[in-house]
Amino acid sequence: MAHIVVDVKGETCPIPLIETRKALRKAAEGDVVEVVGTHQASKREIPMAVKNLGLQLLDITDADDGTWRIRIRK
Amino acid sequence: MADKATIVVHSGDYDKIYSALIIGTGALAMGMEASLYFTFWGLQRLKKNGLERGPLSKMHMLGLGKWMIRRRMQKANVAKLETLMREFRDLGGKVIACEMTMEIMGVGKEDLREDWIDEYGAVGAYVQEAKDSKITLFI
Repeated sequence: MAHIVVDVKGETCPIPLIETRKALRKAAEGDVVEVVGTHQASKREIPMAVKNLGLQLLDITDADDGTWRIRIRK
Repeated sequence: MADKATIVVHSGDYDKIYSALIIGTGALAMGMEASLYFTFWGLQRLKKNGLERGPLSKMHMLGLGKWMIRRRMQKANVAKLETLMREFRDLGGKVIACEMTMEIMGVGKEDLREDWIDEYGAVGAYVQEAKDSKITLFI
């Protein structure tokens, strides 16, 4: 099972969502996709997409510098 | 079958093309299918080198307004329309070009970015797509 990191720091709508989707499409079942970004609206939207795609949201963590990390299992 | 979004792109305005492509890619990213039906002024944006050419829908001011908005967008790191179109297609989005507009405006296939276009259709193509869609918009 692979651990895939998607770095979308500094990217704005809709790139974080698109890159997340692309990584999830490429990932194999069981892989963990970790998205790292700074765009705040995307932090709320990516979990919605995960739900719509029927995948598992593992956790969301925030760093002091405004960076968030979302981990998703395919 | 996945939920679907179908958008009529009637406007050729720069900002409205952004709306169409952002909603289209957003729908695909959220797990939906998406189709964009380019007609009238929107179809002009499918011409070779045409995608970024549209005027701003408001405050275009002979190009000054567009220049200012583009500068601000660049500063905010907003993706180019070309990038969004590429992502839209990579995620499986469908682009339909209106044949009647092509006839009226004397636009041939060779004038268009054929590599972006999945289908050439008329109103039937739109209705066929829209009747199975959860979201349908006219931009």
